[in-house]
Amino acid sequence: MPKDGGIGASTKRREDVRFLTGTGNYTDDINLRGQAYVHFLRSDMAHGRLNTVDTSAAEGMPGVIRIFTGADFEGIGGLPCGWQVTDRHGEVMQEPGHPVLAQGKVRHVGDPIAAVVAETREQARDAAEAIELDIEELSAVVDMKAALKDGAPKVHDDLTSNLCYDWGFVEENKPAVDEAFKSAAHVTTLELVNNRLVANPMEPRVAVGDFNRSTGDHTLYTTSQNPHVIRLLMGAFVLGIPEHKLRVVAPDVGGGFGSKIFHYAEEAFCTFAAKALNRPVKWTCSRSEAFMTDAHGRDHVTKVELALDADNNFTALRTDTHANMGAYLSTFAPSVPTWLHGTLMAGNYKTPLIYVNVKAVFTNTVPVDAYRGAGRPEATYQLERVIDKAARELGVDPIALRRQNFITEFPYATPVAVEYDTGDYHATMDKLEEIADFKGFDARRKESEAKGRLRGLGINCYIEACGIAPSNLVGQLGARAGLYESATVRVNATGGLVVMTGSHSHGQGHETSFAQVVAEMIGIDADQVEIVHGDTANTPMGMGTYGSRSIAVGGSAMVRATEKIINKAKKIAAHLMEASEADIELKDGQFSVAGTDKSVAWGDVTLAAYVPHNYPLEDIEPGLEETAFYDPSNFTYPSGAYACEVEVDPDTGKVTIERFAAADDFGNIINPMIVSGQVHGGIGQGIGQALLEACVYDENGQLQSGSYMDYAMPRADDVPFYQVDHSCQTPCTHNPLGVKGCGEAGAIGSPPSVVNAVIDALQSGGKNVTHIDMPLSPSRVWQAMQG
Amino acid sequence: MYAFDIERPTRLTDAVKLLSDATDSQPLGGGQTLIPALKARLAAPERLVCLSAVDEIKGICTADDGALCIGGGTCHADVAAGAGAYPALASLAANIGDPAVRNRGTIGGSLANNDPSSCYPAAVLGSGATVVTTNRKIAADDFFEGMFTTSLEEGEIITEVRFPVPEKANYQKFEQPASRFALVGVFVAKYADGVRVAVTGASEDGVFRWSEAEAALSSDFSAGAVEGLSLSGDGMISDMHGSGDYRAHLVGVLTRRAVAAAG
Repeated sequence: MPKDGGIGASTKRREDVRFLTGTGNYTDDINLRGQAYVHFLRSDMAHGRLNTVDTSAAEGMPGVIRIFTGADFEGIGGLPCGWQVTDRHGEVMQEPGHPVLAQGKVRHVGDPIAAVVAETREQARDAAEAIELDIEELSAVVDMKAALKDGAPKVHDDLTSNLCYDWGFVEENKPAVDEAFKSAAHVTTLELVNNRLVANPMEPRVAVGDFNRSTGDHTLYTTSQNPHVIRLLMGAFVLGIPEHKLRVVAPDVGGGFGSKIFHYAEEAFCTFAAKALNRPVKWTCSRSEAFMTDAHGRDHVTKVELALDADNNFTALRTDTHANMGAYLSTFAPSVPTWLHGTLMAGNYKTPLIYVNVKAVFTNTVPVDAYRGAGRPEATYQLERVIDKAARELGVDPIALRRQNFITEFPYATPVAVEYDTGDYHATMDKLEEIADFKGFDARRKESEAKGRLRGLGINCYIEACGIAPSNLVGQLGARAGLYESATVRVNATGGLVVMTGSHSHGQGHETSFAQVVAEMIGIDADQVEIVHGDTANTPMGMGTYGSRSIAVGGSAMVRATEKIINKAKKIAAHLMEASEADIELKDGQFSVAGTDKSVAWGDVTLAAYVPHNYPLEDIEPGLEETAFYDPSNFTYPSGAYACEVEVDPDTGKVTIERFAAADDFGNIINPMIVSGQVHGGIGQGIGQALLEACVYDENGQLQSGSYMDYAMPRADDVPFYQVDHSCQTPCTHNPLGVKGCGEAGAIGSPPSVVNAVIDALQSGGKNVTHIDMPLSPSRVWQAMQG
Repeated sequence: MYAFDIERPTRLTDAVKLLSDATDSQPLGGGQTLIPALKARLAAPERLVCLSAVDEIKGICTADDGALCIGGGTCHADVAAGAGAYPALASLAANIGDPAVRNRGTIGGSLANNDPSSCYPAAVLGSGATVVTTNRKIAADDFFEGMFTTSLEEGEIITEVRFPVPEKANYQKFEQPASRFALVGVFVAKYADGVRVAVTGASEDGVFRWSEAEAALSSDFSAGAVEGLSLSGDGMISDMHGSGDYRAHLVGVLTRRAVAAAG
């Protein structure tokens, strides 16, 4: 079959035609007849006791339909948390309530106090300004360590403290780890901050609630990465709507990066209000509102220690992390610093003893949850920074030190409870040395020095875990959801297919790459395959897209369903050709009988399935439609090696990225162009974290970086042209495509190499700088150089 | 934004009349600051008097005395393209914001707003330019009165800015990473009768002249002449993007670079 539609082809993304010509259908493009608009009055205080919310004057304002406050949601469920962590003492985490609209207290700037529904957006906003609030301001807690001190103000009065949990992993390892540090030949210690980030997808969140009084059906249109999860969480835990009366639609979604996984108050509100008012209710988030309501990412403060023996073998790793939860537990927040972070602390190395301690802390800030990489970037950053520091302290080559400690035999069971199925870390490092042109670095450094600039080379490795699984294991770890994926393959009479997937595409290009897989399996053109996603009414129950799971888990479900289709089609073909089913072969869209010249086309078989005149009705049913649910037996483990070259202007501290190379192992690859695009975007976000992005609160809990005037997003001229390579491929052993996942690798793998490169540059200039916290802004780098 | 009326006069005299009648009116230049402020409900004028159709305050010409005259309603992109007689000024304009900003924002609007981090105030003060308004001519040294404050009176419109063209000049902008306004910007201009050095982005009092550097450069126009000079971080803006000391340090670095680049 033509390679341009099958597995391995860099097919152009079919969805881009509508995205680039302005004909996409985003949630904000959805406008329903009779729709009203909601504006949320939000707290401008980080912490306060809500004495009264007087809406009487506002209710008389033009266009106002109704004003809702926390009192309207008494007796209605709060926003649920989807993961329960058990701490090192065997106690379950402290889990505060999270009302749809604030009740009793406001706990962060942006906490919604009242919702004004009016005929127009501006009327709703006008009326919100007329609501009179009596809020007694309380001291805010912002710094995590201060929040844990005795006598600190409590974010939640009904909890015993601001500590959500104190997690130890693996707790039984702790004495042996401590012992290994006592006997170590060398210990390297590093204290660092993994900076808080705002996801900033291009499309802000939107929700439109609708209610059909004649049928009692609810519909929510929302900017979500996982509409079925929202249907389950909101239906079952917040509003008490059975799933068969609730449809959730996430149409074209303009980026998520994790921030659109979670169930948000605005979704529940619009669904609730649509029924209460018998009118569609729409909310469109402004960018300013997004800064203070979208779940933030990262925000870890860590001390990491690496123990080595006299031969520079890693003997133990110990980490102590404070992880910010913000004011409430966002949907999957507890899992990020624990199971998505602690389990990755072995990295690419055979360190035999590891102990991870994480204290999750409530503060008067926006809730923090998964953001591209979710836990793995935090793990990779600590590990790859402390290894680099160790290499400098020991005076050894940082690549050699890593190579010496690489895991080389697979499968490999780490001391942090996961088993890597495949990988070849030397191969990706070899590839990196080639594409990054390490040999030419000295000459490039001299050129930089001739211009008065310092040049540095930083490298790092990474391993990550994609397609979190299996469900029975994650259930034991505290997940309140399964982590399978689903697909229904519907073949039409004339041979075209529709694949209804539980995965969700919000920029990943599934409509193209998923079609390539099915086309390859059957041997037909990819344009005969349509991918449908994002609507609970026409897709099977699926868990959505995050954690780089879609091709590994969703793709596998689709393969399984397609295999069922092919098996049934072979039965039909065998009947049509009066042959034995065992002798039927499918190639290039033709069924043939092995060893003969007999064949029937794919279209003949599909037509027979729906016009079953000549058909084995006694053996099989008519029709050609199959569903599969796929629950993986393990994570997949992509890995790679990254290199960054920077120039530092010693007069100003400004860092520029001159070169960036990435050698990744994603296993088998469906569409190399899409994979490169994912890596490019991920590295861009990683460079953003390393050099530019900082979500900053002042000591009173006011968000200082609440707009693009102060929150620095990476722009095109902040990043170089990348050298990316994914020719090192050790296929995953436990999914049918042998794929691993590529969506987060760039964001996970890039920040350490940037920081390592800057340290290298400064040291080459004689500056005794061993660490600078991200973002490495000009002022921070300059300050560090002052000693 | 709150509701407002908008007028779009085509003659300057009509604009002045509208701004002086009883209605609470605000002039609208390119709107690069005012429109976001309106959207955020931080401003609530009853009426906007849009100056974009007043052609008589647009354009670039050379006066008899050789000064480059730029109409107050001229957008940055037009200055970038049309101020070839004053390359440092054209280059400054070419690096303000992005193409959308440069094709809407105007020199008059920027100066009237006097954002402490914007670029044009450095050029105007550094050139000793004259700000011409509907009422009078204001010397640059008398125009800027601190952050977001100028000597403009209510209803007074900037019609033109007259820049004496220097022998040599250069503007060095060190960008704030997020906004890409000037974290610090230094404009150096060498005239027959001396050197002017104007600094934007750094001071809590807005754009200012660095007189010590001016004196040193007036006797020796070389980067080395300002090598030993430094400013105190006291009174400098200190925020998440840099301390006052860092900004003070950058003033020195950028001044040397501007002198070197001016040739």
